[in-house]
Amino acid sequence: MMDRFERQVILREIGTEGQTKLQNASVLLIGLGGLGCPILNYLSAAGVGKIGLVDGDLVSISNLNRQTLYGENHVGELKTDVASRIISKKYSDIKLEVYPFFLNPKNAFEVISQYDLVIDGTDNFPTRYLVNDVCFLLHKPLVFGAIFRHEGQVSVFNLGENACNYRDLFPNPPSSMEVPNCSETGVLGVLPGLIGTLMATESIKVITGYAEALRNRVLFFDSKTYQQYFLDLKPNAVARNLIPKSKKELEQLDYEFLCSGIPIISWEEGLKSSKVQWLDVRESHEMPKLNLNNLIEFPFSEFYDLNQVHFNSDQVFVYCQSGIRSQKAAVKLKDHFPHKEFISIRGGVNAYPKN
Amino acid sequence: MAEKLIIKAFGMVAEEIGQSEIWLDSVSNTQELLAILKERYPGLEGMKFSLAVDKELVSENQKIDGAREVALLPPFSGG
Repeated sequence: MMDRFERQVILREIGTEGQTKLQNASVLLIGLGGLGCPILNYLSAAGVGKIGLVDGDLVSISNLNRQTLYGENHVGELKTDVASRIISKKYSDIKLEVYPFFLNPKNAFEVISQYDLVIDGTDNFPTRYLVNDVCFLLHKPLVFGAIFRHEGQVSVFNLGENACNYRDLFPNPPSSMEVPNCSETGVLGVLPGLIGTLMATESIKVITGYAEALRNRVLFFDSKTYQQYFLDLKPNAVARNLIPKSKKELEQLDYEFLCSGIPIISWEEGLKSSKVQWLDVRESHEMPKLNLNNLIEFPFSEFYDLNQVHFNSDQVFVYCQSGIRSQKAAVKLKDHFPHKEFISIRGGVNAYPKN
Repeated sequence: MAEKLIIKAFGMVAEEIGQSEIWLDSVSNTQELLAILKERYPGLEGMKFSLAVDKELVSENQKIDGAREVALLPPFSGG
């Protein structure tokens, strides 16, 4: 059985000891897109004993220029299904677990806690910050990689003493207004291939101790010029404070909202402002109604048709019963009315000041 | 004579600037540098990026006397 690993076992730094470490390793690969495809190919080829695959997405035709596990015949299928089928046919000696859904603050701890090493191959900031924060709280080493057009970033977080994480590099999630979504930018298929292969290399380094992983260092790579820039990271106390303190605190966070750029303020702050429009997004049966100047009601259940809402101010304060729905509402409103400012009221009507 | 400072830009910051490297006359601190850059490239206003002076991240205004290189590092989300 060791035959398929012969060429790496004869590497002095790997040897049978390194191969045993690979065989005993359990790795969670989050995201089976452009980065995830080469990562899965190389880690399964290297003989990583257990690989968990997380992705709720289906294969679409526009994925095929870079997501090389899939072909035209797979369009419409779950990526986790196709990937696990292909890999388990190729290798009989590794174990695959599939999680055909997206991670969120409620399910991330349970999935991530079952693995020794986590790899972030996702394509959006809410998930990247969620995965970072969960891995930080669980002390799980995290191989990070991300791409933009012809450039990539790679690093290894939470490895060993005084280890850094993504928040030390970028403390606060950027809003969708500050960074365009990947689906809006073009990418050559080979770029995630290159960056994903670097991430697989880092994963093998972490598992076997082969060479030195990019611990507390970030590589910035430009595929046009092959220029590399290495940044040294240090733990940043201010950034650490932004990470939830516990599993319970993290589960209360809405990471989509963190990246939406929508501000949250208290009733006290909101009631000081004049010339604003108030918007109650509760359903008509929810009580008590508030007596506010310039108030309109538009229930969240009717948000499928936002053309029915009209605002007479450029600044709109949105509230609901407890402050959760108003966050989602503000995100949808901002999408629909990009030139107006939407602010969510913390705690909703439940937190409305008495007297 | 004052040393020149090289500014290395990445990702969407480089796109906004139109190149990945520019040279500036020496600047006294990071705040002044950002003001100069934002005046020259107004699109940088409202863009999120971290700043590194000679490969070390800075979180507050910092002197860059004698530094050789400042990097403008935006987060990437793609995968």
